[in-house]
Amino acid sequence: MSTVDSAVGIALLFPDLLGTYGDSGNATILAERLRWRGFEATPVTVRSGDAVPAGCDVYVVGGGEDLPQALAARQLGPPRTGPLCEAVDRGAAVLAVCAGLQVLGESFVGGDGVRVDGAGLLDLTTERGRGPRSVGEVVVDPVPALGLPALTGYENHGGVTVLGPGTSPLGHVRRGVGNGDGSGTDGAWSGRVLGTYLHGPVLARNPALADLVLGWVVGDLAPVDDAEVLELRGERLHAALGPRRRGRWRP
Amino acid sequence: MSRTSVLTPPEGALPARTRFAAGVGAAVSGLSRALGRGGGSVVGGRAILAVDGRALSRLAAGRSIALVSGTNGKTTTTALLRAALETRAPVVSNALGANLPPGLASALAGGPPRAPAVLEVDEAWLGRVLEATAPRAVALLNLSRDQLDRYNEVRRLAGSWRAALDGRPGVTVVANADDPLVAWGAALCPQVVWIGAGQPWTDDAAGCPSCGGRIRFGGAGRAWGCASCGLQRPALDVTLDGAEVRGPGGWRVSLRLALPGRANRANAAVAIAVASVLGVEPATAAAAMSAVSEVAGRYATVAAAGRRARLLLAKNPAGWLEALDVLRPPPAPVVVAINARVADGRDPSWLWDVPFERLRGRVVVATGERSRDLAVRLRYAGVDHRRLPDPVDAIAAVDGDVVDVVANYTSFQALRARLAR
Repeated sequence: MSTVDSAVGIALLFPDLLGTYGDSGNATILAERLRWRGFEATPVTVRSGDAVPAGCDVYVVGGGEDLPQALAARQLGPPRTGPLCEAVDRGAAVLAVCAGLQVLGESFVGGDGVRVDGAGLLDLTTERGRGPRSVGEVVVDPVPALGLPALTGYENHGGVTVLGPGTSPLGHVRRGVGNGDGSGTDGAWSGRVLGTYLHGPVLARNPALADLVLGWVVGDLAPVDDAEVLELRGERLHAALGPRRRGRWRP
Repeated sequence: MSRTSVLTPPEGALPARTRFAAGVGAAVSGLSRALGRGGGSVVGGRAILAVDGRALSRLAAGRSIALVSGTNGKTTTTALLRAALETRAPVVSNALGANLPPGLASALAGGPPRAPAVLEVDEAWLGRVLEATAPRAVALLNLSRDQLDRYNEVRRLAGSWRAALDGRPGVTVVANADDPLVAWGAALCPQVVWIGAGQPWTDDAAGCPSCGGRIRFGGAGRAWGCASCGLQRPALDVTLDGAEVRGPGGWRVSLRLALPGRANRANAAVAIAVASVLGVEPATAAAAMSAVSEVAGRYATVAAAGRRARLLLAKNPAGWLEALDVLRPPPAPVVVAINARVADGRDPSWLWDVPFERLRGRVVVATGERSRDLAVRLRYAGVDHRRLPDPVDAIAAVDGDVVDVVANYTSFQALRARLAR
């Protein structure tokens, strides 16, 4: 594990396969928020075909299309094996969005209808949804144990994810679809592994989530200037939740 | 309502129903213009198709048609190709970019019957428009992430092209061999002219469109190949080397474009190749294209807030990669305008795929309806910036006489309309 004195390794896994929606932004945000506080951060980009390093402190996994998603899952190896799982066993943190969430589970169904093994880091399975894709703004109230404010983001997926008993949801959906299994939940959380359907640069709108992950790795964090982010959060939360309220107040 | 009225429908061998539909469309679009609701081509086209559901194929019948599709460069390539073909005869075109069937029907109904047509087509509609219009030539430029909230997956678009072109007779496709998604999408067409038009953005093609394996870029020239299934860049028929375009039979021409940037040299090379397929000499085509200095307001320099603003369009990461090379060098300030309406894609996550870090060393003013998203992105990119939601205020806020303004689709349209008033 890193100490405060050494550089924090942030691995971005397979951005060439899982990076459809600006997902690499999450790695950028984690690194910058460390640097603003005087920590050193070492971003490591792991492209398809490269070996996954076992020694990083944070791993970031993005979303992607069906074929590349299956290819990424194969490169992580059989469930509960391989460098990513070793790193988690040693206390590394993982943030996965959208297809990345599915890849971290036990299994998912790929574009050709064939079930693909996941990394087995989260107790969940993903089926292909029968209805239209879930697309739009999402607001999630995180489970209280995480101590986070509401999460705001955007989802775009066709999968339906069912959590097993070994994992908690990340939160409950106030607006949007999330896991889509009828439970009203989004994402999954187990130890230091987090997954969500809030895709792309979810940390851009949710700095507290970024700092939660960083705090697991480096301990206490000094506050930073998030004025611009707070303005963006306010705008997006209002856009997702506001119209009904505004209607009530209209003369 | 100065143009075609209900009383003077286009002539020619059109069925009565189509003539009536065209007349209704002209009346509706004229009414739309008179009411100040815009150009009217889309509502007019909707009226045409409502009256005659087969109007697009009937209006296309008997014409020599070229289609232009792809994620980026459609409007510009259409304008360049139109300039080349008009060295022979007037050409019908959807010059303002209304590229769904209503816009196409409107363009054809508004032009002389039987005149050749150059039509840009939305990449998701190419298959249906191919069926309806039976074109002689199709230009396929590139495919990359854009409006993913609507189209979901880029590879599916390539797959729809592939199915539509599979074994299709009578059409010659000019396809960008440097883009694996385009190469796979065009590969089953019997008649393909492969052109090395470049595609600096490769992040959507790392997974092989055919098998999901890993595409490796590099090697000689811009070659690429899949390590698993062997899909690779086809042998080139037309090459672009700097400003020189070389084609089959040894023809070569030098581009002297008024339009800036590598992407426009690529667009011009494709347009020359299509013009050549349609019988226009490459040298004649290239000369005609050099007179095109702006396209639907893009690259135009206009007066705004006491400045001269050069308007550039960049609506996705691949487009931004090309736009960054066209900007005046630092420390020249840049205004960036971002909206996220339906036509832009409702999800501006793509801002995180743009290497805005390359704007360090200048002041950037973030503007548009989603300026807050952009401001946060610029903060993490370490770019000195301000945020002013109103684009004209943003232009007024920068120092200097000339300012580059880069806008995405609807913010560009809105700014252009406002500055034209």
